[in-house]
Amino acid sequence: MIEVENLVKKFGVFTAVNNLSFAVESGQVMGFLGPNGAGKSTTMKMITGFLRPTAGTARIAGIDIREQPMAAQTQLGYLPEGAPAWPDMTPRQFLEFITRIRGFDKPAARAAMTRAVGMTELHGVLDQPIDTLSKGYRRRVGLAQAIVHDPDVLVMDEPTDGLDPNQKFQVRQAIEEMAAHKAIIISTHILEEVDAICSHAMIIDRGEIVAEGTPSALAARSRFFGAVSLTLDTQLLGQAQDLLQNIANTRLEVLTRGVETVVSVFAENDSLDASALLAQVQTLIGQQDCSVRALALETGRLDDVFGTLTRKPRPSTEAAS
Amino acid sequence: MSQLWTIIRREFASYFSTPLAFVFIVVFLLANGLATFYLGEWFAMGQADLTSFFMFHPWLYLFFLPAISMRLWAEERRNGSIELLLTLPVPLWAIVFGKYFAALAFSGLALALTFPVWISVNYLGSPDNGVIIASYLGSLMLAGGYLAIGSCLSALTRNQVIAFVISVVACFLFTVSGAPLVLDVFRGWAPQVLINTLASFSLLTHFRAITGGVIDLRDVVFFLTLIGSFLVATMVIVDMKKGEGA
Repeated sequence: MIEVENLVKKFGVFTAVNNLSFAVESGQVMGFLGPNGAGKSTTMKMITGFLRPTAGTARIAGIDIREQPMAAQTQLGYLPEGAPAWPDMTPRQFLEFITRIRGFDKPAARAAMTRAVGMTELHGVLDQPIDTLSKGYRRRVGLAQAIVHDPDVLVMDEPTDGLDPNQKFQVRQAIEEMAAHKAIIISTHILEEVDAICSHAMIIDRGEIVAEGTPSALAARSRFFGAVSLTLDTQLLGQAQDLLQNIANTRLEVLTRGVETVVSVFAENDSLDASALLAQVQTLIGQQDCSVRALALETGRLDDVFGTLTRKPRPSTEAAS
Repeated sequence: MSQLWTIIRREFASYFSTPLAFVFIVVFLLANGLATFYLGEWFAMGQADLTSFFMFHPWLYLFFLPAISMRLWAEERRNGSIELLLTLPVPLWAIVFGKYFAALAFSGLALALTFPVWISVNYLGSPDNGVIIASYLGSLMLAGGYLAIGSCLSALTRNQVIAFVISVVACFLFTVSGAPLVLDVFRGWAPQVLINTLASFSLLTHFRAITGGVIDLRDVVFFLTLIGSFLVATMVIVDMKKGEGA
């Protein structure tokens, strides 16, 4: 549904997006991850036809955005960064304008608006000027605008940025409801969001893809993958350390947060597989009656992967400038 | 075509969503009245015509119309809504012309609200209404020229104040390019062709020709060409910015 081919964007000497290629099929939700300035928004702006690529192109439902921008944009819903709208309009006027521009006749427009307003729960504020709305409502107005024509392809730049947890939950739910029949790209720097709604994830840094896969596969690249973590009272740390050092070929890592401490046990050079390690830890703490608040086999941490991949030192040429 | 109309309607309505439109119209009418009656000494002239009314339009427009046109594109950029507008399946010309026609319709409305002057002059005497209608049309075309220049310059920046200032300067240059003030700078060293060309760009000359009561096709063509050129330039600038990424 969305095919991105060797996309390049240069601003003067600065390369914002460097030869990016990927595809998103219908039914997939692609999470775009990356630090600020990684090129996420720039890529989305090129896919939606707002920016002209320096090289490469994108196809929406098989239609080249550079050759037939209007035909491609008809298939596309786009929520730009910050969910811009015209502040003097009410959501009703705004959505009416969008449906009219997209060529809906009156009955079709009404049906489309009812659907979009229902999904984004805008009923209560339909006739208030957009600039008097809270950030959460404004974001939902932007979302309603993007989905009002029920597009096959949806591109959303940070759809949950600045929302409170309840609003985030609602927006994610709306995205999940639509996900089955659409190809969706969202950008975010909230890692839990990727776990929550994305079927695929891509980490980009300085305009290049540094990792790609399902969220769990990405998380599995974390050094925490397969480690066993115990959460316990900080007072008991000494006791626990003495105990856990008895397991051969392991290394401990301790992270203290106030009264609570997490001790992670890593198997050295794959000498132990994860379940064997877990069994050993369980036996040990069972024997010694050490009171542990939580015990978990780590499935990997996305934030750790994100950090390792995007915190590499800059190449010396750029550092000099 | 229906998309063009949708854009015109949205843009036109946006003028009235704030009190700004009403303030603008009231101040415009007051300034018009002051110019006509005090500066133009309409009563002292003792003539039932609107010469002293239309005489000041170029100078009033010079400040009032950039105030309208400055927001056309700069505000969309500042607001981010330009990203929305340019990713909708609408041809660029429909957006550029739609915005322009809405601004023109708003200025036309302000101009039309000066009708009491026209009624007064008919009450007081028997003016040549043909000349007055021609003058109104000329005034509208003049407004159209200023707005097209302003639209183009507004597309260059995200700052409305900058858009306003450069539009006033550009409109001023176009207005006076036929005056000795400008031509004398070139006279003596520039070829006559250049001077003639420069002089022919003067909005004032063409406007005065029309308010004289004669709608010459050449003057109309001049205004339409000027407007068309600046709107095409607006399209080029908006499209160029897509490549730059600003």
